[in-house]
Order: sequence, then C-alpha cells, then structure tokens
Amino acid sequence: MMRHRSHIYGVMGEFSTPEELIHAVEKVREAGYRRVNAYSPFPVEGLSEALGLKRNMVPLITLLGGLSGGVGGFALQYWCAAITYPMNIAGRPLNSWPAFIPVTFELTILGAALSAVFGMLALNKLPQPHHPVFNVPRFTHASSDRFFVCIEARDPKFHLAEAARLLEQVHAHHVTEVSDD
Amino acid sequence: MSAGQPPLDSPEIRRLTPVLGPGYTYGSVTDKISAIVLTRPTSLGWFIGFAIAFSLTGMLTIAIGWLIIKGVGIWGINIPIGWGFAIVNFVWWIGIGHAGTLISAILFLLNQKWRTSINRFAEAMTLFAVACAGIFPLIHTGRPWMAFYMAPYPSTMGLWPQFRSPLIWDVFAVSTYGTVSLMFWFVGLIPDLATLRDRSIQKPAKIIYGMLSMGWRGSARHWHRYQSAYLLLAGLATPLVLSVHTVVSFDFAIAIVPGWHTTIFPPYFVAGAIYSGFAMVLTIAIPLRKVYGLEDFITMRHLDNMAKVMLATGLIVAYGYFFEFFMSLYSGDKFDMFLVQQRLHGPYAPFYYALILCNILTPQLLWFYKMRHNVAVLFIMAIVVNIGMWLERFVIVVISLTRDFVPSAWGRYSPTFWDWATFIGTMGMFVMLIFLFVRVLPAISIAEMRELVAETAEEKE
Amino acid sequence: MRENEHHEHKANQHDHHDPAEDLSLPERPLDLAEVRANLQSKSGKQYWRTLEELSEDPNFTEMLHREFPRQAPSEWDESVDRRDFLKLMAASLAFAGLSGCGRTPEQHIVPYVKQPDGLVLGKPQYYATAMPFGADAIGLLVESHEGRPTKIEGNPDHPSSLGATNVFAQASILNLYDPDRAQTATQYGEIRTWSQFLDAAQSLAAAFKATQGEGFRILTGTITSPTLAAQIQSLLTVYPLAKWHQWEPAVSDGAREGAKLAFGNYVNTVYRPENAEVILSLDSDFLGSGPGHIRYAREFSHRRKLDQFAEDRRIGDEMNRLYVVEPTPSVTGASADHRLPLRASEIQLFARALASKLGLGGSPALPPNAEKFLNAVAKNLQRFPRNSLVIAGEHQPAEVHALVHAINAALGNVGTTLYYTGPVEAHPVNHIESLRQLCADIEANKVDTLLILGVNPVYTAPHDFDFASKIGFNEKTKSKKVRTTIHVSSHFDETSELCDWHVAESHYLETWGDARCFDGTVSVVQPLIAPLYHTHSHREVLAAFSDQPGVTDYDALRDRLKAANPSADFEKFWRKTLHDGVVAGSPFAPINVSPKFDPASLPAVKVGSPNEIEFIFRPDPCVYDGRFANNGWLQELPKPVTKLTWDNAALVSPKTAEQLDLAHNVAWRGGEHGKIYSNVVDISLSNSKVTAAAWILPGQADGVVVLPLGYGRKRAGYTGTNKGFNAYVVRTSDALWAATASSNAVKRTGEDYPLACTQYHFNMEGRQILATGTLEEYRKNPNFANKHAEAPPPELSLYKGEKEYPYEKMQNRWAMAIDLNSCNGCNACVIACQSENNIAVVGKDQVMRGREMHWIRIDRYYKAESPTNDPSTYNESLDNPETFFQPVPCQQCENAPCEQVCPVGATVHSAEGLNDMTYNRCVGTRYCSNNCPYKVRRFNFLRFQDWETPQFKLLRNPEVTVRSRGVMEKCTYCVQRISNARIEAEKLNQPIADGAIVTACEQACPTQAIVFGNANDKNSRVAKLREQQRNYSILAELNARPRTTYLAAVRNPNPELEKT
Repeated sequence: MMRHRSHIYGVMGEFSTPEELIHAVEKVREAGYRRVNAYSPFPVEGLSEALGLKRNMVPLITLLGGLSGGVGGFALQYWCAAITYPMNIAGRPLNSWPAFIPVTFELTILGAALSAVFGMLALNKLPQPHHPVFNVPRFTHASSDRFFVCIEARDPKFHLAEAARLLEQVHAHHVTEVSDD
Repeated sequence: MSAGQPPLDSPEIRRLTPVLGPGYTYGSVTDKISAIVLTRPTSLGWFIGFAIAFSLTGMLTIAIGWLIIKGVGIWGINIPIGWGFAIVNFVWWIGIGHAGTLISAILFLLNQKWRTSINRFAEAMTLFAVACAGIFPLIHTGRPWMAFYMAPYPSTMGLWPQFRSPLIWDVFAVSTYGTVSLMFWFVGLIPDLATLRDRSIQKPAKIIYGMLSMGWRGSARHWHRYQSAYLLLAGLATPLVLSVHTVVSFDFAIAIVPGWHTTIFPPYFVAGAIYSGFAMVLTIAIPLRKVYGLEDFITMRHLDNMAKVMLATGLIVAYGYFFEFFMSLYSGDKFDMFLVQQRLHGPYAPFYYALILCNILTPQLLWFYKMRHNVAVLFIMAIVVNIGMWLERFVIVVISLTRDFVPSAWGRYSPTFWDWATFIGTMGMFVMLIFLFVRVLPAISIAEMRELVAETAEEKE
Repeated sequence: MRENEHHEHKANQHDHHDPAEDLSLPERPLDLAEVRANLQSKSGKQYWRTLEELSEDPNFTEMLHREFPRQAPSEWDESVDRRDFLKLMAASLAFAGLSGCGRTPEQHIVPYVKQPDGLVLGKPQYYATAMPFGADAIGLLVESHEGRPTKIEGNPDHPSSLGATNVFAQASILNLYDPDRAQTATQYGEIRTWSQFLDAAQSLAAAFKATQGEGFRILTGTITSPTLAAQIQSLLTVYPLAKWHQWEPAVSDGAREGAKLAFGNYVNTVYRPENAEVILSLDSDFLGSGPGHIRYAREFSHRRKLDQFAEDRRIGDEMNRLYVVEPTPSVTGASADHRLPLRASEIQLFARALASKLGLGGSPALPPNAEKFLNAVAKNLQRFPRNSLVIAGEHQPAEVHALVHAINAALGNVGTTLYYTGPVEAHPVNHIESLRQLCADIEANKVDTLLILGVNPVYTAPHDFDFASKIGFNEKTKSKKVRTTIHVSSHFDETSELCDWHVAESHYLETWGDARCFDGTVSVVQPLIAPLYHTHSHREVLAAFSDQPGVTDYDALRDRLKAANPSADFEKFWRKTLHDGVVAGSPFAPINVSPKFDPASLPAVKVGSPNEIEFIFRPDPCVYDGRFANNGWLQELPKPVTKLTWDNAALVSPKTAEQLDLAHNVAWRGGEHGKIYSNVVDISLSNSKVTAAAWILPGQADGVVVLPLGYGRKRAGYTGTNKGFNAYVVRTSDALWAATASSNAVKRTGEDYPLACTQYHFNMEGRQILATGTLEEYRKNPNFANKHAEAPPPELSLYKGEKEYPYEKMQNRWAMAIDLNSCNGCNACVIACQSENNIAVVGKDQVMRGREMHWIRIDRYYKAESPTNDPSTYNESLDNPETFFQPVPCQQCENAPCEQVCPVGATVHSAEGLNDMTYNRCVGTRYCSNNCPYKVRRFNFLRFQDWETPQFKLLRNPEVTVRSRGVMEKCTYCVQRISNARIEAEKLNQPIADGAIVTACEQACPTQAIVFGNANDKNSRVAKLREQQRNYSILAELNARPRTTYLAAVRNPNPELEKT
C-alpha cells in the first residue's frame, strides 16, 4: 500500500452525494490543504465556493473576441467597398454603412463564440487524453453517479497517511492513492 | 409509461405534472439514457427507417448531380420567377433550425427546467436542419462551382464580395449560425461523451468516445469555466438566433418586389421560424419518446409547453399576416394592393387559403387542454404547421414574383420532378441524420438530467 | 466606316477558277498526282476551305477511307515528296473530324501570308450589297470580320433602306451559315460535281438546239435582277419554243392586274407618305411588309415626330392621320389613328362606296356599321386634295387596286403622294395563270425539261394543282410526266426530293448580282465571302444551258453594267457603284398614266353572308412564305401582334371564338409568359382539310379566320420541319387570298395544343408603363405623360451621399430615348440585337417555360376595358382595341435595383452610367432579375449556345462574349460599339461625336424610334429628345432613375369619329 511513494499524485476519496462532497471539501480545506480538487458527474452548486475558486478568465476572452470580430468585420467591409476596389453599386455611396451592419453583427457573435469555447478549452488544458486520476479504477463513476475529492501530493502539507485519514474522517466510501504514471 | 404516473386528464394533477418521472437516481438516469446508445440492441425498425431515409438521401445526390450536369434549367424556375423551390426550402429549413438553439439558449437563460430533456436533440435537429438549408443557396446558383466568389478572399482580380447584397449577409449569418450551434451542441455533449467513454465496453467505442470527450474528467475547476462558457454561448446564441432569420427575411425585405418589400418581415419571419421549429421538435419528440420509452423524461408537461409556445408564435404569425394585408391596403401602393388582390383571387389563391388554414385556423385548437394533452392530435398538428409554414414561404417567394411591376413580363411557376426530388431528398437526409444521432449519441443530456435529479431530490426535502 | 479601296481586292478574290472542277473525274480512279496538283493550286486563305471541298468529292473521300491511297506503291515509285503526302494525311485526319459524330472539325488556321492591303486584323470592314426580296431589294452594309460577314445593317445611300432594315434582312445572315443548307449538286440524291452537272446541262442544251427548246420550261419567282433577266431572255432567244413561268406564292396578282385594269398595262406604284396629311390604307400593311415598306415607314414616321422645339409647326405639333380598314391586325393597323375591321371581301364594298362618295360613280352599297367611318374618311380625304393618299392592300383583288388608282387620281394625289413608274419586275406576268399554264402543259405532256429556280412549288403551289404529281414519279404508271426536272435551291426541300437534279443555291452574300428595288433603282449584290460549299447562283445554272457556261457572275454583271453605262472611265464608275451599292441614275422616272376605267363598270361583288366564315391567307410575319422556316432567329421571334413563336395559328376574333366555342387555357409552367393551350380545330376548305391551333386575336374582323402561310414544312431542315400547320394545303388557285365557307367548316377536335406566346397579358393594370394620349391632349398639356409618375425627391434617400456620382460632370452620360409614336412594332431591332450580341436561340420548349433570351423585347398593349385579361372570355372592348408597341431594352437605371442585390458585384455601374454585366464574375443567383422591375434580364438556365456547329462559329460577333450556362445577361447599350467609338475618338483626341455610336437596335429601326447618345452633350439628338415634355420613364415612382426614357405615344383621332 505504501510502495513508491515518490510517484504519487495524491489521495482520492469517493462520495455518493453532492452534499457529502461539499462537506468533505470544506473539511479538507479547514485542515489546511490547498492543493485540493473535486470531481463530479455534473456541476455541483457551491462546490466552487467550497474550493475557493476565483472568477475565471472566460468572460474577458469572450469580450475581446467579440470586439475584434465586430471591428474586423466592419473594417473588412469598409476596406473592400471603399478602399481596395471602390465601385459604383446602384448609385449607393461607397461607404454604405447601414448595409454593413448585419455582417458586422454576425462576425461579432462569431468572434465571441469561438473565443468562448476555445478559451474555455485552453484554460482547462483540454484536450488532455491522460490524467493520473484515471488510474483510479472506480473513477469511471465520476462520469455517472459518484463524487470524488483528491488531495494532491503537490500540497506542501501533504502526507499520504494523514490525508487518507482525513478523508476517512469525512466518511469517504473508498480512499485510494492516486499513482502518478 | 413508468409505474406511478398519475392520470393526466385531472386538472389538479396538471400543475403537478413533473418534468421528470419519480424515483430516478443519478445512476438510473445515466443507465437508461446511455443504454439506448451502448447496450440496447439496434432494432429492426431502426434499420428499416434508416434504409428508407438513406435511399431518399441517395435520390438527393442524384438530383444534385443531374443539376450540376445540366444546369438549374431542370427546375421550374424562369424569368420572372427566378427563385422557386430552392429558396422556399432554404427558408423553411432555416426556420426549422431555430427551435433547437432557441430552446437550449433562451430557455436556458430563462432557467426553464423543462428544457433539459429536449434541448439535446433539439440542438441536433437544428444542426441537421441548417445542413439541409445550407445545400440550397449553394446549388441554386447557376454556377455552383463558382460559389466561392461569395467568400472574402484575395482573388487575383482583386475582387471582393458586394457587401450591400442581402445574399452576402445570408452567407455570413447562416455560416455563423451553423458554427455557433455546432459548438453549443458539442460543448453540451462533452460530459456525456465522457460518460459514454467510461461506460462503453467495446474498445473502439471507448477510443472514439474518449477522443471526442477530450479527456473530460469532471474536475470542479473545469466545471467552473465550463459553466461560464456555456452561459456565455447561450447569451450569444440568443441574439444570433433572432438575427439569422431577420437576415433571411432581408433577402426579401431589401428587394423592391411587391410582397417582399415589407418592414414587418423580420419579426414575423422570426416568429414563424420558432413556430415551425417547435412544430418540428414535436414531430420528432413524440415518436422518439414512444419508441425509446422516454415518457418519463419527455413528459406531457414538455409537450404541453411546446404546444403553448406554438400557439403563441402562431398568433404572432397571424398578426404578421394581418398587418402585411392591412399595410398593403393602408399604404395605397398600387403594386402592393394588386398583390393582395392576387393572393385572394389570383391563380395561386388556393395556396394562400391553405396557408391560412394550416397556420392560423387549425392551431387555435391548442387553446384546449384536452388537445394539448392528446399526443396524436399534437403530432398531426405539428405536421400541419410544418406544411403551413412551407406554404407561407411558397406564397411569399413565388407568388410575389409571378406578377410584379410590368404586366407584359408576368408569368407562372410550377415545380418539376427535380424540384420535388431535391426537396424530398433533403427531408430524407434530415431523417437519416436524426436516426444516426439517436443511435450513437445520448438523445438527452445525461449531465443535466443528473442535475435535475439532484434538484428534484432537494424539492422533495 | 467603309473602305472602298478594298473592292478591287474583293473583286479579284472571286475570279479564281472553281476548285471543284479539278476534281471532276467521273469514272477514272482518282490518282494522287491530280490531288496533289489540286492541293498545290490552293494557297493561303482558301486552304482550309479546300479540305471541305475535297471532302465533298466522293472519289476523294472514298480514297481516304482506305488506309493508304490507291496504287500507293506506284505513287512511291514516282517518289511523291513527303510534304504532299503529309498534306494528304492531314486532310484525311481533318475529315475524320468532319465525319465524326457532329464534333467540330479540326480546321487548319492559316494566317495571312500576304496580308490583303487595307485589312487590319480585328478591325471590321463594311461592304455595300443588297438583298433581293420579291419585287424589291433592300440595300445593305454588311460588317465583315477577317473575311466572314457577321452583321447586316442598312445602307443609308439606298432608297429602299435609308440605313434601316427589316427582320428578313437582319436574319438572312443566319441563312448563310445555316448548317442544313444544301452543300453540293446531287442527282437522284447522289453527290455530283458541278462539272458533272455542266455536262448534263450541255447535253440537254444540245438536244434543245435541235428542237428550238421545245418542252424546256423555266420556273422562277419574281425576278427584278436585270442581269439574271438578260440571261433568261438570251436563253429564250436561243430556244424560241422554251417558256418562262413565274410563281411567287406570297405576292398577289391584284396589284399587277389592278394596274392593267386601270391603265391598260402593268404599272408600278411608288408612294410618298411623307407628303400625305391623310392616309387611308385598304388592307395594306405598307408600314410592315411589301416593296418599299422600310422607306414608307420612315417617311410616315417623319410626320409623327412631334418635336416641341421645332420652328416648323408641321413637325412641331401637327401630325398626319392614318385610317386603316383591314380584316386582321397588322403593324400598320396598330399604328392607325382609326381602324375599322372589315372582312377582306367587304373591303371592296368599302372601296366602291368611297369611290362613289367621291363622285366616281359605282355602287354606294356599304358593309354594315361602316357608314360613319366612311363619311369621316371621305370628308377628311377631300379636305386635303393632292395631300391625301389611299393605298390598296397587296392581297386585295384587282378591282380594289383599280378603284384606288381612280380615287387617288380623283383626289389629285398623283405626283405628290404617289407616282407611277414602269414595272420593277423584269417580266411581269400573272403568276397564278403562269403556273396554271405550266401545270396544264405538264398534264398535256408538253414539258420535257423543267428548271425550277429558287421557288418550292411542291410546297407552295395551290393544292388543286397537285404539283407533286406533276413532277413526281407515278407509282401506278411507273412513269414521270416530265423527263428531266432540275431544282435549284438553298435547301434540299419538298421540291428537291421529287426532282432528278438538285443544285445547291448560293446565298446572296456569296454571289455577284444585281436587283431592282421598289422604285426601280438598281442595286449591286456584292459577295462578302466565297461560297462556303459547292453552291451556284441562278444565273450560273442558266448559263450552263447556254453557249458560254463558263462566264462568271462577276463578268456577267460587269459586262451588263458596261453595256448599260457606256461611261468613259468604267472602272471609276464600277468602284463608285460597288461603294454606294446602287447604280447612279438607275431609278425609274415617273411615267404619266391616267386611269381609263369606270367604277360603275365593275361587276357586282359577292359578299359572304355574315354567318359564313371567310378564310384569308397571309404570309407569316416571321417566316414569310416558308423560305425562312429554317431560320431559328425568325422562328423564335415573337410575331408583332400575336407574340406567338415557333408556330402559326388560325387567328379568329374574340366574338367568332365565342360563336365557335374556342378558348385558351394558360398553362402552369410559364403561364402568361410562355405556354398557352389553345383549342385545335379541323378546317375543311375546298375539299381539303388541315388541323390547326386556333388563336384568339383582338381587333380581327368577326367571321374571319386567318391562315398564315409558311409553316408545316415537311422538309425545311432541323429547325423548320414540322412546325405549325401548312395552310397551303387548303389553298386553291381560284381563292388564293380569301375563301368563304359555312361556319361548320371549322370544328373543334377537342384536343389542345401548347403555343409559345411571350406576352399573353395585354392590360397595363393602370400603371405608368406605356403613356398614350391624343394630339388634342398633347397640345393642351405636352407634359401629360408625366402627370402620374412622380419620382421621389433625392432628399428621401437613406444616404446623404447621393451626389457621390456626378454623372452630369462626366464627359459622356449615355442615354437612350425611344419614341413610342414612331415605333410600329416591326421587330427589326430584336433580330438586330440578337445578331449583334450573339444571343442564343432556345427553342419552343424553353420559350414555353418563359426563358427566351431576347435582350430587347417589344411589348404589345391593348387599350381594352376587358376585366379579364383573357381574350377567350369575350368582351366588346376587344372587338377593335387600340394597340400600342413598346420596345423594352435594359433601362440602365442610375439606382439600379439589380446591382444592389448582386452578392459578387457581377453587375456594377460604369462612370458613364452603363449598367455593366461581368459574365465571368456572375455566379447566377438570379437575384438581380427578381429585383429588376422591368424584367429585362435574361438567364442561361441551360447551355443554350451551340458551341459545336462550326458554321455558327463563323456567324458570331467576335467583339461580344458568347455566354455559357449559368450566367445572367442583358442589354449593354452595345458597349462594344461604345468602346470602338471611344478608341477612334481618343486616337483623334476628340470627344465622341453624336451619332458616332449607333446601337444595333437603333441602326435597324426603320422609323428611327430609338435614339442613343450622350445626354451631357446638349446638342445631341438624345439630349434634345429628353428635353421633350413627352419624355418620361417607366415606373418613375420606383426611383430607379432609368437612362432609357420613352416619348409618349400620341394619336391623332378624327373628332368626328371620337367614341362618345
């Protein structure tokens, strides 16, 4: 059970309800652990707060993407219609700005949406086919009906036995060590 | 029907009609939904249905092939009726494509719980409808192989698209809509793909689902960003979905053709889109829940709500018709007034009356509780509305063109075999994609159902 | 634009010896030496032609079918040099192409080794020539690109053209390149060389020498060519017993016999409508057909131009007045101020009554309800003695013509509004009697050899003559009535089938010749290209029977002119003649004749009872008597009044249709603008029967059925065979132009037949499209045309940038003005445009789907209050509606709705205001057409152009893109002509002068109704017209700001006849 401790990612405890999960996370953080992460089959309300996660960057990225899409969109149209190849179309002025609004709008949305999705994936470092937590056999339940808390070995306070004990104290069903390979 | 479902026709029960049947746990929803994809054997019915849809798709490819060989002259179009079935079908499909994003985005923002069990396949439906719609603007051009001229790319001639043309707006609107809907749908799928990855037994399935899920592991930090991204997407998709049909309506409103040149088009095209969209959702949902026994997830409450949405949008469309009519007469514009007279008495008058019957009169039945709760009636109603909305586009596109300004040029339009083959072909393609979808992907968002389980559990306490 | 110094070159080009003669080796096996000699005799330009010529030769082709030429070894022995052998192989390869499944032959393009002086590659040249047509010849200037004629235009120096043309002249270029033309002589269907024919002709001639030509008969159409006539006369002197018969199926003997009746001998009448204040047409379509009609239309329109700013009130605000009495609507009737539909037979009554009213005696009996009209006309004519004009219709009987001569004389019009000359025809005879004589002689076995030149009697002769049996092989008696029959025609047609010999006839653009026009002027027919095939002229064929068969047309013509004009310097005279296209001083001088004839002496007319039906035969406005049946342009040309294409139909009036229970039925595909189902009727007439589609025509006289001739050809070629019905089948020699029968002669079969009609809807729905008014209204308010159309003010624009395109400041602002008061709907502009701009023919099926491609169309509107727009539901307003024509090309809008919606900018505006179309950029969304309020855009729904047929490649205008499938096209104001003019002007560093650019439609217009020019040049014709208050634009309220504007049509009704 205590073999090659050097290659340990952390200790994982399994819970069956969101309530237990949140309770466990709170206890673990009270115990002073900071490198803690939780895994759940669906977003659990209050979990982020319990883990003390800060506001994330996705909204800002989206805003920037949207702005560049919109500005770029109008710039493209203006450049095409009025600068690089100006042509008399139906007697309308070269810069028929009202006619350029729809495309500008669409490109704003497109820019924002793309940056939202790819921003989120990038921040989450996805795609990432392998991760140590997958070494835990019962972790497959993380995607259906079980909830997990993982105290990571990177935590300065980390000590395998204590961490495991702590998780048992908060009534984890199973406690397993997560090997790091 | 799962046990313990109360009889549906008692009014006091109505309020209590749940969005999820009782007695479900995280595990059981997961099992039940993922089973459709993973364990449940593929039924003979599926194969037969798929075969039919597939052969219709074959017909579509033949029709398009012949079109490329001979030219758009194989259709019924002519001068003055330059646009026929192709554009009618395009607008119809795009309209249908609206319900999905609408359900998943707007209802999500409005925090409507009942959307959960229908948004997944509604979004899928959107994608497939947009795919069908996208075919038409491309092939209806005289030289489809030159369609890339519409893209802003640095050509050797230094030429660029003409951004004053509503058709270019279309290109951007539809492609944006397609892209965003796809991302919205896929982002929603990621957790469920992870579920399938973890639950599938066969190696190939595991690998494929694994790749698609991109290593999702339900980490709280991921969920954190995931949720804000999803929320933002919903927020972006909402104006988008409204803008797309607005732009489509510009194809007509910007032109000077009497019957096209109307300011009321944008709102009433959007309403019509939602109308037909929900009709199509019902057309799919009703058989789906029956075949796969999903009555507990897609409950009468859902059908009831969708029926109400149909009724509401139907009334907006009726309002649109009335005001189009009224403004023509009120404006005193002789061309518009003549058009109204044409719709009522012209050679195509029967189509107009059929349209009124399908889109305005029949849906009034939905005022009645009994009708809304009669699955058969709802199904037929949905079909009728789909037909009606197709007729609406036919009336707008074709009839307006047959008799516009100069009487000497007036003509008529009638579709050829190839018009029909292309139209029916796209229906086949649509159904085929739906069949594939329910077979390989969870038709209902498992993750969100789990949330629903959690919430219903809380409500109980 | 014309370079006379090239005529020498042209001339020389044509006295090369006939290549075919080298190959004339009847029995002998062809040996290589001769072919080599022959190939070497060819050089430069003709080489590519030679291949085709060779390919015609049976021996040679037969030789090529062998892997190697016959007696190859022996050839090797005499060491054939490699070059020649390769030449042969190249030739055989070329044939492999020629004979291969309708693909383009591999043609050898040979550059000019020695460039003809004056020819600049890529620069068109213009040559004067003339198109002989019936008893007239239309003077032409033909545009030639590198030696191939591409476009036909009018010759301003020619009296019958004055620079304009008609549909036949415009379309005749397509006949030249018609791939179905007969390409060689044949005997019993076997290919023969010209020299083989010569041998045959000479042996016949030898026999005639003995018999003084007994039994030798020549059948021709009307001939006005002095040279050809001289040739015939010389034959007739050599063979005194030979006879010359004439048969022109679509020209009546009425005029000839009428003149004889009035003056005692054949006399030709020339009108001067310009000098007439009042014109009465008795069933005469003098604006639309018949000798001189192009000139007459021009002169007539001069008196209707209504130039507000002219000092001369006569042009300023006065107009002539035209009365038309006719059984069926013609373009002349459509231009009339007053029109009275009468049966053809009643018109004679009318003429007699008019004569007696003018105090010439005769019966005053009148057709019903013509009283008021007659009185008004008579008074009006008498008010303008010497300045009135009465014209009798070509198809009216001799009596009417005689009466009209008397009436004109009584009104003192002779000398001012008309004059008489000697006959234009070389040898005027009564055609029907001439043909009857021939048939009788054949029956009596008096005819041994029959030479038929040009005409197609088997198709056109009255059915009671049964001409086919006259010349055909009788299966029962196993014999032929005529021993030798020789047919000369451009196509292998119904007559050729039954003749022993057939000689392919050269097109008039391939031969030298001459012809007289309506006033006697002799025009020179000058070839623009050497014969494309083994074809020969009438004169050459006739010469084959003479002593000098070798004389070329060129020499014959020069000799005759030399003889006729013994001027000092003949070469100078010759060159001037070729340059001008007319022989100076050749018009006939007026002769002084007075009618010695008493209307009272005429026998009483028999008029059919009202319940009888009168059938009248008329040449078709598009295919004429059938000679143009294989011309796709003319087949697809909407007929002026009915707007039918690709078919003829039995025309009936709405009321008669109601009595006969006939109706139309608009089909769903195409609809009003394409496919109309009409009832099919069986017409039993003079114990013969024909099945025809009935067409209901407003304005036709009741109880009249018009049967247009020229359709139902059995052997016309790919385009013309089996189109419409053949009216000749029910036409008899005693009722050539009108026959009466009881009303049950017309029976519905119960079937329907789809007709391709490009405009069925005749009502303007109260829109500002074709503005019309009366002279009174115009005098009161010259601006009447604009009172409905209010163009919105510019301030209403969404954009304040309106003035971003200062067209007024540009040097050129192209614009077109179309005077609806002059347009008579003759269609010349439509064909001119088709020819200039390489516009495709799409065929009946596509026309029925509403996909015809004409860039300029002529809309026809009726002033009828009929609530339904369907003539088949009777309404009395359809009995005699006022008819108006409106040519509609692209309007070149300044705020072009089409441009705004094009996603790829394929249609954009030029700085000078043209609405340019970039075919290569077009992806074919058709959005522009949907958004075009005038619907002038045309789309290539399928691949309409014929890219394979080599002849059509020669036909096309190299300066206009040939559009393929999937692109939009439309009128461009002939932008290629604008560019040419601009290049010329820039070379001289001058502004483009007014008139330097003449669009194809403008050029062809007989009445100068279309004027194109620079609206910024205050002195240009177009600018002046745009200042006229009659000037308006269609649907101005749409604010499209069209550059094409219209001048409202003004009619000059007689107050006495004004409907109350």
